[in-house]
Amino acid sequence: MPAVQAKSVSCPNCGGPVQLRGFANTLSVVCPQCLSVLDASTPEVQILQKFQGKTQVKPRIPLGVRGKIGDTQYEVIGFQVRQVSTGDDSYSWDEYLLFNPYKGFRYITEYNGHWNFVRVETALPEQLHARGKPAVRFGGKTYLAFDSMRASTVYVLGEFPWKVQRGDSVACQDFVAPPSMLSSESAGGEITWSRAEYMTGPQVWQAFKLPDSPPPAYGIFANQPSPYGASVATSWSTWLWLNVALAALIFFFMMFSPGHVAFSDHYAYAQGVTSSLSLGTDSSFVTPAFQLDGRDSNVELSIQTDLDNNWAYFNFALINDKTGQAFDFGREVSYYHDSDGSDGNRTNSVIVPAVPSGQYYLRIEPEMATGSPFMRYELELRRNVPNYGFFGLAFLLLLIPPGFTTLRRGSFEAARWRESDYAPSMSSSGGDD
Amino acid sequence: MSGPTANCPNCGAPVKFLWSSAVQTTCESCHSILVRTDVDLKKVGEVADLPADASPIQIGTEGAYQNKSFVVVGRIIYEYEQGGWNEWHIVFNDGSSGWLADAQLEYDLSWLSKPPQPLPPSTDKGQTFQWQSKNYQVTSVTKAHYKGVQGELPFEYWDKSDLIFADLRTTSADFGTIDYSEKPPLLFLGRAVEFDDLHLKNLREFEGWT
Repeated sequence: MPAVQAKSVSCPNCGGPVQLRGFANTLSVVCPQCLSVLDASTPEVQILQKFQGKTQVKPRIPLGVRGKIGDTQYEVIGFQVRQVSTGDDSYSWDEYLLFNPYKGFRYITEYNGHWNFVRVETALPEQLHARGKPAVRFGGKTYLAFDSMRASTVYVLGEFPWKVQRGDSVACQDFVAPPSMLSSESAGGEITWSRAEYMTGPQVWQAFKLPDSPPPAYGIFANQPSPYGASVATSWSTWLWLNVALAALIFFFMMFSPGHVAFSDHYAYAQGVTSSLSLGTDSSFVTPAFQLDGRDSNVELSIQTDLDNNWAYFNFALINDKTGQAFDFGREVSYYHDSDGSDGNRTNSVIVPAVPSGQYYLRIEPEMATGSPFMRYELELRRNVPNYGFFGLAFLLLLIPPGFTTLRRGSFEAARWRESDYAPSMSSSGGDD
Repeated sequence: MSGPTANCPNCGAPVKFLWSSAVQTTCESCHSILVRTDVDLKKVGEVADLPADASPIQIGTEGAYQNKSFVVVGRIIYEYEQGGWNEWHIVFNDGSSGWLADAQLEYDLSWLSKPPQPLPPSTDKGQTFQWQSKNYQVTSVTKAHYKGVQGELPFEYWDKSDLIFADLRTTSADFGTIDYSEKPPLLFLGRAVEFDDLHLKNLREFEGWT
């Protein structure tokens, strides 16, 4: 069978040629010479409406241009300007009709440099309420009511698969789930639902291979995807991974770099009995000397005891063998337990910061309550232990980037919803801008 | 799937059947509407010139839906104030038949279904029905004109004029039509389908498009 031919007709108003790109799908067409709207549904073309206006509009995407969206090539065959009047104010958007002889019709809309690719949907959205607003559920997504308006066709060019007229008016309602938007148009009791997907100007320019550059986008459009939407999720997942790395680092330090042991020994303490395995007259005694190396850095003294429902107090002095400089400190260790649970810990530790290198010894003086039994304990002195406080600081610093991105998204969403009929009441008195 | 061949009782041209169960067909040469009787073909009417139409589908177009292949064997053409549409009669490889509607390049597949309760003699927009545990809502009631037939149909269909159709939708892509041209009315249930879901071959070609 031969290919279906595109036809052209003569304008009954001015006699000029009128090309039909949509084959027999075209029910009305605008004469490109005199802008009369013609009825193309019958072989005898008739005038539906003559052009009375003064200004002509030049579409940003010319009629007849083809572009590829997804896998499908579409040709721009129709164009209309649709206007909304709100009291003394009015605004308008442009709507391009796209055609493919197999896949059918789609639309592209443009408002202030924001573009949408639109298709008519046949399934019915489910009406509901979400986040305090009317909403619809469609295709697994919840769309929040954004605004409603009455839109009138004020200018037309090209072809349409219905009988278009300037002055056609429909009631519209928009529901958003960025980057998608679901819109209803109702006229004559029929409701048509369509779904729009946000496109940027450069995406449209690339799809239709248009010259020059697209108009800049002003403001934030109803279904414009938040530039922070994805980055918020990314920044929090980065945060999570950095925390995992931080935990691994802590684990690594604890396992493999717990400082260098400068001194350790075992002792026993019993009241009245002079100390221990080491020398000493009363409960106080000194250790043999040991070396602390390197730059000024901390030492950690940890105490491990076998206390059982008892306490002990340790007075320590870390004394430089040469200069006599002493670091005095003390620690209590207590451990109690009964059938209800336990309190305290058999071990304790203390960090002494900024100890210069040199030869040192410890003076140790344990104390216990009178009548206490025998206690065994172990002391370990480590040089240059990791400071876990830095990890805490790192944890707080890591919170800054995702926190900041989250705040930015919040202000973007606030700006979006300021344009809505459902703007938060705080900004509804802010007036129009 | 080539059925029996006969000759047109009006012009003598061979009339070939794609579907052995066809009740009615049209002669490609003289556009006579032919109904099969037990013994031969009987001319019952004539198709006026078919309106220009831009459907990419034609008799002989093949496709597949949910792994069942089908071929287009006939159609009924309707027109209403907002345009026209085709109800393509399709026959699946298991011999069953259904309908592929093409309304301005929006496609629906449907099958004759038996309503669980008798259908009301008329419906209004917004009315809901529950069939197969789904809520169908009447989205449009259309007064259409019969414009013609072509090819093989599962019933006699040639002397119609004005007809009422109610279209129904659900919150999924389900589709239904109540056809008030018969008494009692007929119910067709199916799905809205994407062009690509039909895997169509042997389509019409359009100048300038590949």
